Amino acid sequence: MSEAAVSHYLAEYEQFRDTLTAPWFAQPRAAALDFLRTNGFPSRRTEQWKYTDVTPITRKKFTVGRSAPAAVDDAFVDSLRFSRLDCHELVFINGSFSAALSRNEPLPEGVAVQPLQSVKPDDALLLDSCFVDGEIKNAFSALNTAFVNDGVLIHVPDNTEVAIPIHIIYISGQADATLMSNPRNLVALGRNAGASVIESFAGIPDTEYLTNNHTAILGRAGSRLDYYSIQQESQRAYHIGNTRIRQQADSRVDCHTLSLGGKLARSDIDVELDEPGAEVKLNGLYLTNNRQHVDNHTLVEHKQPHTTSHEHFRGVMNGHSRAVFNGKVIVHEQAQKTEAHQSNANLLLSGNAEVDTKPELEIYADDVKCSHGATVGQLDENMLFYLRSRGVDEHTARSLLTYAFAEEIIRDIRFPEIRERLEHSIAGELPDTDLIEEFVK
Amino acid sequence: MLTINNLKVGIGNKQILKGLDLTVNTGEVHAIMGPNGSGKSTLANVLAGRDNYEVMSGTVEYDGRDLFELAPEERAREGIFLAFQYPVEIPGVNNIYLLKAALNGIRKHQGKGALDAVEFLQVVREKMKLVKMDESLLNRSVNEGFSGGEKKRNEIFQMAVLDPRLAILDETDSGLDIDALKTVAEGVNSLRNESRSIVLVTHYQRLLNYIVPDYVHVLSDGKIIRSGSRELAVELEEKGYDWVRQEARAA
Ligand SMILES: Nc1ncnc2c1ncn2[C@@H]1O[C@H](COP(=O)(O)OP(=O)(O)OP(=O)(O)O)[C@@H](O)[C@H]1O
Ligand SMILES: [Mg+2]
Repeated sequence: MSEAAVSHYLAEYEQFRDTLTAPWFAQPRAAALDFLRTNGFPSRRTEQWKYTDVTPITRKKFTVGRSAPAAVDDAFVDSLRFSRLDCHELVFINGSFSAALSRNEPLPEGVAVQPLQSVKPDDALLLDSCFVDGEIKNAFSALNTAFVNDGVLIHVPDNTEVAIPIHIIYISGQADATLMSNPRNLVALGRNAGASVIESFAGIPDTEYLTNNHTAILGRAGSRLDYYSIQQESQRAYHIGNTRIRQQADSRVDCHTLSLGGKLARSDIDVELDEPGAEVKLNGLYLTNNRQHVDNHTLVEHKQPHTTSHEHFRGVMNGHSRAVFNGKVIVHEQAQKTEAHQSNANLLLSGNAEVDTKPELEIYADDVKCSHGATVGQLDENMLFYLRSRGVDEHTARSLLTYAFAEEIIRDIRFPEIRERLEHSIAGELPDTDLIEEFVK
Repeated sequence: MLTINNLKVGIGNKQILKGLDLTVNTGEVHAIMGPNGSGKSTLANVLAGRDNYEVMSGTVEYDGRDLFELAPEERAREGIFLAFQYPVEIPGVNNIYLLKAALNGIRKHQGKGALDAVEFLQVVREKMKLVKMDESLLNRSVNEGFSGGEKKRNEIFQMAVLDPRLAILDETDSGLDIDALKTVAEGVNSLRNESRSIVLVTHYQRLLNYIVPDYVHVLSDGKIIRSGSRELAVELEEKGYDWVRQEARAA
C-alpha cells in the first residue's frame, strides 16, 4: 500500500516541479523525496503511529491542484473571518494565496507578513534556521517539504509588537478532485517582539482532500506569541498538522489548538525550550463524532534550567469516533528548576467511542516540579443530579456539563472575539446545545 | 403535603432506611436529628430523586401524588428543593445563569411567563439581601472555589429565589460561623409561611434556637425512633442518642 502511494507522489512531483512558480528550496525537496523513497509512509508498527492507521490517506493518491482554484462563495469566506476583530488576513484556496480575498491592515515598520509565493528566492529570511530546519520527521513532513508551494512568512523585528492578530485562512476542497495542499508557515519573532497568529483550516462541505500543514515558530529572547490553530476541515477531509516551536530565553508562547473537523486528523506539536526562562502553554481541545479519528501528539523538551510548560488537552468523543493523545515531556539533565505540568481529560459520550491517552515523562534532572494526569470518563453523576434537582431536565443538564467541560480549555483566550467564535464552534459540535443557549449567554 | 410510609431504601447490598415513617403537613417545620450514618442524607436525597439508591419498599406521597413517579427535575418544578449537605462544584456553569434557567423552568411549569433580565435581577437583588450573599459569587461557576460557608449560603439563596413548597435543608448549619448561622436562620425564618413546609436535618440544637421547629424527630439506624417537640432536641443535647436508642429498644 505504502509503495504504491510513494510512487504516486514521486510521479506527481515530476509534474508538480514544472508548475512551481517559486522554484526555491531545491535541495531540501530532493532530500525529502529521498526520505519518502527510503522510508515510505508510517505503519501501525511505527510507535508514533500505533493508534492511527494512515492507509485511508495513502490509498487516496491526492494530487496538486493544477487549474486555477474554483471560486469560493464570499459568504463562506466571510464566515471564517472575525467580523468584529480587525485582523491582518491572508486567505488561501487549496493552498494558493488569494490576494483578492485577503485583507491588509497596516503593520508596524519592519514587520513582514507575506505569502511565500512573493518571497524572493534569495531572501535571507527564507534561509532562516527555523525554515530550513532540516529534520524530516516522517512521510508527511517529507511530503510537505517536497511539495511546499505557498504559505506565510511572518517576521517581527526586535522590540516590535504587532497589536492586531494575523489571521491565516486555509480553505480547501474541490468537488471534482481529491486535492492536497502543503502549506508552510514560518513565524519568527525578534527579541522582545510580540504577535498573535491564528491559523484557520476550513473545507468546502462534503469535499475530500488532504491538508498537510507545517508551521515553524521561533521565539527569540523575551518574545511573546499567542498562537491559535483552528481546524474545522470538511467531514471527509484529512488533516495533518506539524507545528515546531523553538523558544529562546524568557520567551513565551501560548498555543491553542482546536481540532473539530476532518475525518482523520493528526496533529504533532514539538516544542523545544532552548534557553532559561522560556515558557510555553499548550491548550488543546478535540471534539469528535461519527467515525472521526483525531490524534494529538505533543513533545515538550526542556533543555535548559528554569523553563516552564503547562499543557492541558481535553477531548469529547461521541458516536463511533476515536481519539488519541500522546504527550511526551523530556526534562534534560541540565534543565534544573524546570516546571512541567500536563493533563489530559476525556469525556466519552458514547459507549462506542474510544480514546487512547498516554503521558510519557522522561526526567533526567532532579530539581524539578512535574505533574501529569490523564482521565477518561463520563459526566459526573453528582453534578448531573445537582442540576436536575434545580429543575434542569436531564438532556439540558448533560449538554450543559459537556459544554462546560470543553469550554474550560478556551476560557482564558484573551481576545473576546476569538473566544466567542470558538464557543460558538464548540457548541456547534456538541449534542443538544440548542437547549443551553440561555446558560451560555 | 408529604407522607412517607414504611420506606426501605438500600444501596448495593446495604440497607440504609429500614422502614421509615414521616408525615409533614403544609406549613410545618420538622427537624430531623440523628447520629452520623443513620440515613438522614439518604432520606433527603431519595426525596429529591437521586437514583443511585434502590427503593425496596414503602411509599412516598407528595401532594397526593406518588413521588417516585417523578424525575428529579419534575420534583423541583413541583416545588421540592434540597439544600445539599455537600453542594457540588460545577466548573464552567455560571451560578446566575443556572438560577435563571431554574427559575424560569419552574415558572413555565406553573404556567407563568419567563422573567426578563430586569425582573430576574430584581428578584436576585432582593433575595441576596435576605441571605447577605456576596454579589461577586453570582457570576462565578456554581460553587467553584466557594468556601464551605459560601456554599451553604448559596444553597439558601437558591432556595429563596426558587421559592419551593417543600424545602429540605441537609445540615445547612454545619460549617457556618455564628453570624452566618444567624443570617441563614433569619433567611429561613422569613421564608417560613403557612404554605411552605421545611425539613431541617441538623446535628445541633443551636440552630433550633433560631428556627424553632414544630416537631423534632430522631433518625437512628434507618428509622425514626422518637418524635417530639422542640424540647426533645434540648434533651438530646444533654443526654445523647444512646438514651433514646435504649428507650426505643425497651419500648
Ligand atoms: N453510595 C453509597 N455507597 C455505600 N454506602 C453508602 C452510600 N451512600 C450512603 N451510604 C451509607 O449509608 C449510610 C447512611 O448515610 P447518610 O449519608 O444517609 O448518613 P447521614 O445520616 O446523613 O450521616 P451524617 O450525619 O454523617 O451526614 C452510611 O453508613 C453511609 O456510609
Ligand atoms: Mg448527611
